[in-house]
Amino acid sequence: MTSANQIRMPAGGASAPPAGPHKAGRESARRADNRRKWYEIIGLTTPAVLIYVMFVLVPMGFAVYYSLFRWRGVGPPTEFVGLRNYTLAFQDPIFLDALRNNAIIVFGSLLIQGPIALGVALLLNRRFRGRAVFRLLVFVPYVLAEVTVGIMWKLLLTGEGTVDALLRSLGMGGLVQAWLADLDVVIWTLLAILTWKYVGFAIILLLAGLSNVPDELTEAAAIDGASWWQIQRHVTIPLLGPTIRIWMFLSMIGSLQIFDMIWVTSVPAVRSLGASATMATYMVDNGFFARLWGYGNAVAVILFVISFVAALLFQRFLLRRDIEGAITGRAK
Amino acid sequence: MAVNSVLPPSSGRRQVSWGTPLTYALALAIAAVSIAPVIYVVIGGFRTTPQIVADPAGLPDPFVWDNYARVLTQSNFWQQAFNSAVIALGTTLAVVVLGLAAAFVLARYRFRGREGLYTFFTLGLLFPAGAAILPLYLMLRDLNLINSYYAVILPQVAFSLPLTIVILRPFLSAIPRELEDAAAIDGASRLGFLWRVAMPLSRPALVTVGVLAFVASWNSFLLPLLVLSDVNLHTLPLGVQNFSSQYTTDTAGVLAFTSLAMLPALLFFTLAEKQIVGGLQGAVKG
Repeated sequence: MTSANQIRMPAGGASAPPAGPHKAGRESARRADNRRKWYEIIGLTTPAVLIYVMFVLVPMGFAVYYSLFRWRGVGPPTEFVGLRNYTLAFQDPIFLDALRNNAIIVFGSLLIQGPIALGVALLLNRRFRGRAVFRLLVFVPYVLAEVTVGIMWKLLLTGEGTVDALLRSLGMGGLVQAWLADLDVVIWTLLAILTWKYVGFAIILLLAGLSNVPDELTEAAAIDGASWWQIQRHVTIPLLGPTIRIWMFLSMIGSLQIFDMIWVTSVPAVRSLGASATMATYMVDNGFFARLWGYGNAVAVILFVISFVAALLFQRFLLRRDIEGAITGRAK
Repeated sequence: MAVNSVLPPSSGRRQVSWGTPLTYALALAIAAVSIAPVIYVVIGGFRTTPQIVADPAGLPDPFVWDNYARVLTQSNFWQQAFNSAVIALGTTLAVVVLGLAAAFVLARYRFRGREGLYTFFTLGLLFPAGAAILPLYLMLRDLNLINSYYAVILPQVAFSLPLTIVILRPFLSAIPRELEDAAAIDGASRLGFLWRVAMPLSRPALVTVGVLAFVASWNSFLLPLLVLSDVNLHTLPLGVQNFSSQYTTDTAGVLAFTSLAMLPALLFFTLAEKQIVGGLQGAVKG
C-alpha cells in the first residue's frame, strides 16, 4: 500500500507543472497510473469476489449436479438417475404438504402482518411522550433468535402450558388445543408465532418509510381541515407504497426459506407426517439426517428455483419502480 | 445520509405533547403482547418446576435463584457464548473489511465492467442461504473445515456481502469529488483517500452494516447445526435447543437458560437500536 503511495507522488503529485512540453513523459505517467488503478481494482475486489463465488455460487452449481444422482454422500456420486429425484419429490405427499405449508406461511404472513404493522406504525408515528419506549418494546421479538423464540413458545404451549392455563382462567377453556401436536392445528400455531416474531420487522420498515414522508404534506392537509384519519388515508399511506412492496418482497423470500423456528418448535414426529414440515426442514431431514444426499440436493434446487422465480416475478411486476432505489442502490 | 436526513427535524424543535388516553391504551396493549412472553420466561426462571406445574401463570413465591446459578455454573453457557462471540465478531470484521474494499472500488473507480460486477454482487440477494446449505456442507467437508469456526464464518461472510455492498456503495459514491481532489493535491493516493477520508466519512454506514452482520450471525442456527457437531464449538442457539431437549422435565432450568440466551441480543439491540433502524431505513429509502 505504501509503496504505491511513494511511486505515485512524483508522477501525478503537486510538483508537476501545469503545462508540459514533455508529452511522452506525461503519457507514460498516465499509463503507469492506469496500470496501478487496475492493480488496485483487482486487489480490492478479489477477496470479496472469491469468497462470494466460492461460498454462494459454486455450492448452488454443485447442488444441481448432485441432484442428478442417487448418492449416500460417501465417495464421489456414481449412480446417475437423471431427473428421478425431482419426480420422486413431487410424488411424495409429505413434500407436497411442505409446499402447502410454505404457501400458508407466505400468504398468511403477508395478509396478517401487513394490516397489523400498518396500524401500529401509524399509531407509533404520532408524536407523543414515551413513543421511543413503545417503539423499542415492539421491536423486541424481532431481535431475538428464531430458536430462542421457538423454544419459548414451545414451553408456553406444550401440555397444559401457560397459554392453556391463561385461557381457562379467562373463561375461554373451550379454545384450548393440542397446539403443537394436533396435525390440523400445528401449522396455524406456527404461523401465529411467526406473526408475533416478525410483525416488528414490518413495523420498523414502515416507520422508516413514514419518517420519509415530508411533514409539510401532512401539515398542509391538516390546515386544509383534513382529519387525522383522512391524512393517513389520502396522504401518508399512498406514499408508503414502495416501503410496503419491499417489505412484501423480504417477507416472501424469508417465508419460503423458513427453517429455524419450525425445526425447534415442532416435534419431529409431527414434522415427519408433513403437518408442520416446510421445504427447508424437509430438505434437511432427508438430505442431511437421512443421508439421501442426491434427493436432498434435488429438494434444495426446487427450493432455490421457487424462491428465485418468485423473486423475479415480484420484481418484474411489483417492484419495478422501487427497485432502482432499494436493491440496486440509490443511483441518482 | 439516510441517518443524517432523519435526525435534524425531530431534534427537539417541536413541542412533544402527551398523547390521548386512547393512544396510550393501544400502545400499551401492543407493547404488552410484544414482551409479555419474554417477561414470563425471565420470571419463570426464578420459580421451581413444581411451582410452574402447579400454577403455570403464577408469580415466583418464593424467588429462587438456583436455576440461573445452575445454568451459569454447570452448563456450557459460557463456552457457547464465547463461541457465538468469536464467530459473530469474525464474521462482522470480515464482512466490513471485504465489503468496504469492494464497495469502494464500485463507487469511486471508473472502469469497464463496473456495473456488471455490481449486478453480479446484487444477484446474491436472490440466492437464499437456506437452499445452498446441503452442498455447502459437502464442500466444507471436502475442505476439512467441518467443526471449525471458519465453517460458519466463511459462508456467513459470503452471504452477507451482497447486502453490505448494496448499502455501502451509495454512501461512498456520495462523497464529493472535491474531497478526493483535495486529498490528491495533499499527496494522498486513492488508497490513502480510502483510508483517511472515505472510511471515516462512511462510519455510520459501516456501523449499520456491521450491526446487521453481527445480529444475523449471533442468531444463526441452520449452518452451525450442520457444520458444528463438536459440542465444544456449539453456539448459543444450538445450546438453547440442546438444553431444552436434554432437560425436558426441568422446565425452570430451560426457562432460565432461554432467558440468559436472550439477554445478550436484547442488550445489544438496546445499544444499537439506532443503527439497526437506520440501516433498514437506508435499505428502504429510494
